[in-house]
Amino acid sequence: MTLKIVLAILILLILFVLFAYNTLVRWRIRVKEAFSQLDVQLKRRHDLIPNLVEAVKGYMKHERELLERITELRSRAISTSDLKERGEIEGSISDNIKRLLLLVENYPDLKASENFKILQEEIISTENRIAYARQFFNDTVREYNTLCQMFPLNIIAGLFGFKPAEFLEFPGERERVEIKF
Amino acid sequence: MSALDFVKIASRNKRRTFFLVLFLVLMLYFIGRLIDYATGAGGFFTFLALIIALLQSLISYYWGDKIVLASVGARKPNLSDYEERQFVNVVEELSIAAGLPTPACYIMDDPSPNAFATGRDPKHASVCATTGLLKLLNREELEGVIGHELSHIKNRDVLTMTMVAILVGAIVIIADILRFQLYVGGARRRRDEKDSGGELLVILILFLIVLLASIIGKLMALAISRAREYMADAGSVAITRNPLALASALEKIAIYSRPMQVSDAVSHLFISDPKKRGLSEKDSLWANLWSTHPPIWKRIAILKQMAGLSA
Repeated sequence: MTLKIVLAILILLILFVLFAYNTLVRWRIRVKEAFSQLDVQLKRRHDLIPNLVEAVKGYMKHERELLERITELRSRAISTSDLKERGEIEGSISDNIKRLLLLVENYPDLKASENFKILQEEIISTENRIAYARQFFNDTVREYNTLCQMFPLNIIAGLFGFKPAEFLEFPGERERVEIKF
Repeated sequence: MSALDFVKIASRNKRRTFFLVLFLVLMLYFIGRLIDYATGAGGFFTFLALIIALLQSLISYYWGDKIVLASVGARKPNLSDYEERQFVNVVEELSIAAGLPTPACYIMDDPSPNAFATGRDPKHASVCATTGLLKLLNREELEGVIGHELSHIKNRDVLTMTMVAILVGAIVIIADILRFQLYVGGARRRRDEKDSGGELLVILILFLIVLLASIIGKLMALAISRAREYMADAGSVAITRNPLALASALEKIAIYSRPMQVSDAVSHLFISDPKKRGLSEKDSLWANLWSTHPPIWKRIAILKQMAGLSA
């Protein structure tokens, strides 16, 4: 009788470990997928930046410093492998591009150009994609990290070496306003 | 309302759809049995009703989206056109935000501002906008409208509505067949005076029952369609966090839309009633019962409420 009870408990324990391990693996994969989705959008922006600089260079003679900064930040973002540093660099690229788009208002010739209008639309779209993909990535990381720290999953996480994932944080950003339903 | 709440809504919707389709199929079956019993056709009508329902469901499940897109004359967007490119961009952005695969984009050359989504599941979905909509709305307003369409896709509303429309349609077809019988039977009886009117009376009563069933089915479909419009508005706000942009888009659509040349069968798919029936804008119980869309000003008021403004 005692043997049966011990056996039953043992089986339950094994089932729990299997379930917990699979859950953690599933979420780790989701974090990875969310990051590659975000990475695709960041690379899309890296590809667009030279076009943007080339298109506005002729018009915006007074903003040469800003254009150079964006170009420099881009090459730094491509070369870094540290996620925290990358977040800081990509964040300031976003800030500088926003500033550039505001400054375009001062150049009516540039604003009226049909080619620039389409390029500007691509830049705005890419910025939105990055924002949404980053939000999705950070939400996924938050969910995964919570699972890793919750009892009793934290025991399994510790046993099999699941480490909490890092967020991609842009500096100086405002929290989005929550809407109440 | 978080993304998770929408997962719950979607699974509740799947359940409701299942029961609704089950109810409609059972209704078809019993109508068939009833007619068989009354006319002594020995199972012919039951068989016919179920075959019609099955064939129509299968066709609409696999080719419904293509049929709809072809019937409204939708075309692929032209990426070198600024507005059409913006449309494609917004669809891609918001798909990322909603965690959906990017649906196919289509354009309808029509000056009336409107849009619809179709496709049986998120992997086979399409979003279609009129050129009028792209011309009229700014980027934020367009985001609101596309968010609404993506919510329909996420909640799998298209499948539900198409299935319901088709099963209700099958009941209507049966009613038509019966009406024809009534007519032929009546003509025969006029020639052959000695036959009693009893059989005619039975068919007449049957016809009324089927008519009633088709009306009930239609009303159920409409009630679901209206509920889903409100839900898609809420879903759009959950994606874009910008209720005022959608409200202002709906205002523009209400002001500038014109009746469009589309079939009745697809009008429930659009963001605002493309037939522009006056019905949709009245708030009486009777008008509410019969329209595919809730009154647009009511939707605008709810959106403004979400933004914390009193309407």
